[in-house]
Amino acid sequence: MIKGKFIDNLPKVYGIYTGGFLVFIILMAIAEQAGMSAKLIGIFFVAFTVLIYALIGWLSRTLQVDAYYVAGRQVPTVFNGMATAADWMSGASFVAMAGGIYFKGYGYMALLVGWTGGYVLVASLLAPYLRKFGCYTVPDFIGTRYGGNLARFSAVIVLTVASFTYVTAQINATGTIASVALDIPFGIAVYVGLASILMCSMLGGMRAVTWTQVAQYIVLIIAYLLPVFWISSKLGAGFFPHFMLADEVARIAELEGQFGFVKNSAADLATVPKGLAGITKAHSSVNATPWAFISLAVCMMAGTASLPHVMMRYFTTPSVRTARRSVGWSLFFIFLLYSSAPMLATLSKLSLIDPTLPTGIIGKTIAEVQAIDWYQNWNQANLMFISDFNGNGTLELNEFFMGGKAVVLATPEIAGLPYVISGLVAAGGMAAAMSTADGLVLAISNALSHDIYYKIINPKAETAKRLIVARVLLVLIGFAGATIAALEIQGILGSVIWAFDFAMSGLFFPLVLGVWWKRANAPGAVAGMLLGLISGTAYLIWVRSGGSGFLGITQLTFGIVGAAVSLVSMIVVSLITAAPDAATQKMVDDVRIPSGKTVLAQK
Amino acid sequence: MSKQEQHWEKTRNLLFITLAIWFVFSIGIFLFGAEMQESSIRPFGYPLTYWFTCQGSLAIFVILIFWFAGRQEKIDDEFGFTEREGDQ
Repeated sequence: MIKGKFIDNLPKVYGIYTGGFLVFIILMAIAEQAGMSAKLIGIFFVAFTVLIYALIGWLSRTLQVDAYYVAGRQVPTVFNGMATAADWMSGASFVAMAGGIYFKGYGYMALLVGWTGGYVLVASLLAPYLRKFGCYTVPDFIGTRYGGNLARFSAVIVLTVASFTYVTAQINATGTIASVALDIPFGIAVYVGLASILMCSMLGGMRAVTWTQVAQYIVLIIAYLLPVFWISSKLGAGFFPHFMLADEVARIAELEGQFGFVKNSAADLATVPKGLAGITKAHSSVNATPWAFISLAVCMMAGTASLPHVMMRYFTTPSVRTARRSVGWSLFFIFLLYSSAPMLATLSKLSLIDPTLPTGIIGKTIAEVQAIDWYQNWNQANLMFISDFNGNGTLELNEFFMGGKAVVLATPEIAGLPYVISGLVAAGGMAAAMSTADGLVLAISNALSHDIYYKIINPKAETAKRLIVARVLLVLIGFAGATIAALEIQGILGSVIWAFDFAMSGLFFPLVLGVWWKRANAPGAVAGMLLGLISGTAYLIWVRSGGSGFLGITQLTFGIVGAAVSLVSMIVVSLITAAPDAATQKMVDDVRIPSGKTVLAQK
Repeated sequence: MSKQEQHWEKTRNLLFITLAIWFVFSIGIFLFGAEMQESSIRPFGYPLTYWFTCQGSLAIFVILIFWFAGRQEKIDDEFGFTEREGDQ
């Protein structure tokens, strides 16, 4: 059926894969009609998809350095776009984003704008130039452009801090989903998630991660879009929700006016289970100051352009031109999900609060709501809670509480979709969390094995030894991440945002100025990375321990402090020390034109 | 001015235009979020600021990157700096 090279057959291979997945969904739907239990459907969905990824990981095993670090630099534009989108969209994007929009409205939408706008910076400032450089890792660029082990080492530190913060959140998410779908305790589920992640990446490095990420993107986008379109039609809101929900948005605003936002007393709120929230903010009105919105968006944009696991995806394309276009495709594939999240939030909220809809629960009696099947299920799962604070026997808007994850996980069931959709959503969430965790674990272990072990400790190491070290590190980092994830210190979304701020504090300006400012030199870059990271971290600790902060910069936007310090110290230190030598200047010139050999190949 | 310097100057100008458009739709318009929300311009019936955060800005970024890539390819072609087979 398939002849010739794998790369030439990609559309066919993934076409068959997508068809196969759709057939699997239909089979599960038939099995559900035939009486298969909801639990079993969930297990089938998660186990089947994870096994497929593991199979792809095994088929992509490699013993070549180029394939292990950069997938042989032959990933076509559109497929790299899909892989990047999966790499990018984490368990948080998939499970928590619609919930964030549902509860916080406009103030939260800054994340949507930031997580997409950042790609403009990636495409115009960095990706094509780093591709031309021909490096294996982000610290590889810093180390070669500025010269010296200190610069390389500092970049590895920033990369590790940012990526590790992020990866614990992702392993946590895989654990959460695996524990719900497979019905095992969280402490064990975390290691099941970890095993799946390592199966995808250990044998084939970047090559394996690339081809599993494409497969994971296909699963996660089907799992996200299918319910949104279905729910919208079912509620009679329109068959294409993105263009047709204006009436629903207006209706929510009308209901909010009618119900009003009643503030609960502290004593009442203390009875609500931890992690659940009520609707306290208007759905579509502008409820954040311009600075609050813009500062958060700016941090996410600069963070996007500094996160190494995203940047290294553009090292895998065949050329500079394809790297540039690939950024566009990445954002397009991300856009498909991000533009659907607000629609899901709208549909979810309206179906719950509109008393004229059969699914609406506000205005019903407390006893009626407590008798609903789905309410009981999600109340048991600790994601929904009602309480009759004012004792009038009817459910008011301020008496209904929900967990952020419930918007994605529970809305299909509330709208009356078959359970097969809930199984599909679990598989999608798993795909999203796994693909991001894969990319992050690989980014860290590649930096440690290539930049620390090979470039600094043992430059004479032979290929086989380098790849063994890379794999051992991969497993160790995975276990470290899982161990910390099992402790459940920080919520999923909080640590994701911190990761962006860390990356922005230490890496944004050293990367950008490395291409765009010839005069930038090694001492400047080291100062920029270390002082940026230290000051950002210090500010975070200060605000966390009760400090008042300044300029309205919060613990979610501390990257602004870090990046400002980084920029100033980098410029000042660069200017008071000697200009880079002629060879370095020539290197920057070479990076700026697409033609010719990669900079590293010339050396 | 050498060929390479001219190429870089054009590249830099393209960067400034791209970043200016990016700035408008990621930062600029949100300085006036409250005012825009009241506007009578309502794409697909959604309030204007709400629409930009859900779809508008996001879609503009996608288009902007493809436009930028096309323009940069033209600049590279003009100076003969486009990669050829076997360059990498």
